[in-house]
Amino acid sequence: MISFSQVYKRYPGGYEALRNISLNIGAGEMVFITGHSGAGKSTLLKLLTAIERPTSGSVVVNGQNVGALRPRAIPFLRRNFGLVFQDHKLLFDRTVFDNVLLPLNIRGFRRGEAARRVRAALDKVGLLDKEKARPVTLSGGEQQRLCIARAIVHRPAILLADEPTANLDAAYAGELGSLFQSFNQVGVTVVIATHDENLAARLRPRVITLRQGGLMTTPEEAAAT
Amino acid sequence: MRIWLSQHARTLGMTLGKFFRSPVASLFNIGVIGVALALPAGFYVGLVNLQSLSQGLAAAPQLSLFLALDASRADIAQIEGRLKQHAQVHKFKYVPREQALADMKAGSGLGDVMSGLAQNPLPDAFVVDARDSTAQSLEKLREEINNWPKVAHVQLDAAWAKRLEAVLKLGQLAVLMLTTLLAFALVAITFNTIRLQILTRREEIEVAKLIGATDAFIRRPFLYFGALQGLAGGFAAWALIWAGIYLLNNGLADLSQLYGTTFQLHHLNPADSLGLLLFSAVLGWFGAWMSVGRHLSDADRR
Repeated sequence: MISFSQVYKRYPGGYEALRNISLNIGAGEMVFITGHSGAGKSTLLKLLTAIERPTSGSVVVNGQNVGALRPRAIPFLRRNFGLVFQDHKLLFDRTVFDNVLLPLNIRGFRRGEAARRVRAALDKVGLLDKEKARPVTLSGGEQQRLCIARAIVHRPAILLADEPTANLDAAYAGELGSLFQSFNQVGVTVVIATHDENLAARLRPRVITLRQGGLMTTPEEAAAT
Repeated sequence: MRIWLSQHARTLGMTLGKFFRSPVASLFNIGVIGVALALPAGFYVGLVNLQSLSQGLAAAPQLSLFLALDASRADIAQIEGRLKQHAQVHKFKYVPREQALADMKAGSGLGDVMSGLAQNPLPDAFVVDARDSTAQSLEKLREEINNWPKVAHVQLDAAWAKRLEAVLKLGQLAVLMLTTLLAFALVAITFNTIRLQILTRREEIEVAKLIGATDAFIRRPFLYFGALQGLAGGFAAWALIWAGIYLLNNGLADLSQLYGTTFQLHHLNPADSLGLLLFSAVLGWFGAWMSVGRHLSDADRR
């Protein structure tokens, strides 16, 4: 479903964010990408969603070479993903309901069907009673759950999350973890960039560790080979 | 197709909502566009009115033939014969010099001065109605008659109408120039309005792009806004002109009553009104299009 082969990413100025990354993520897997700040986790996600292009090597998603996509095709690549951002990126000028509606509007869903799906997604994350509220009135954890609702409302095949638990206390983080697990159980590929070790210990996902832009083999993988 | 239509309808609804959420700012923008368009459009209405007036007056152009002062009775008879046979001449009237003098004494109020003259300074004359009243054939006829013996001068009475026409043409050019300038102003106003909107909605644009919005989707509300603002501005201009003509007509009614005639300014005709609205909507759309093209690619590079 996702494969990196010999990917390098060098930013202007010579900073090398990723070095010789080759990895495969299959459909329905749950994968954690860990590593210290600056190890290249975010860059990896940016390459996946075509926000950045690899300097060399290829990134393939669903059989499409992301680095070689024409600009016109990029929106359609991104529709494969549900994105959960560290800073939520919620729109504060509209209600909770309208925030979740945005991905469906972009895809041109009909009103009735869209409303049904938005409520289903809000129910899933436990915010159904707040659909008319403004995001500012929500707590940090609720805002993150709203962000997740927006990411899953269009039922993406791949859920990408960048530090979803960074600003949350342990109890909230645990709730989010089981939420991600439930999506994974219905077949969604889940990729989470995080350095939250508690979360990894609880969900027991496959872990890919980055160090200074390079790939570090996990002990389990080393044992397997 | 239905999805496409419903997306457009939704965008239209949201755009209208945006107008009503900031009514003062919207009204000022629309007002500025309205005034900017009302200037050339009003000027244009004035020209159209003048044109229709001049057409009414110059409908039957006439040629006046003035004979040489020493033309004899025989000469006059010969010219009369020629005119009768000429294919281009519809009808003509002979004005003897004595009658011309009498008319002048009666009509011009210069009777006293005239009676002081030792001899009649006026020549004999023919007034000729041409069969074909286009400017070219009239000119040809004038030149031909001018070469006849004992014809001192041929005056084309439509000359002043031609001059008026030339002035009107100049006016049209002025309207065109004014329109170009103010069309630019309209585009600039829309450009800036949309730029501000893009700046305030930068977050929304960023998020929408990240979750798979096409450029067309992102552009659409701005283009709608530009076109609608232009349309509303065009309507404002139309209303301004209508009100202006209405007020002027009230004044003109009093004035023309004093002169014993009725003269009314015409309003913009339906075709011109529609043209005005379309023109302003297209310009608004164009301004928005330029602004969106420019500022979205800016946002991209960030």
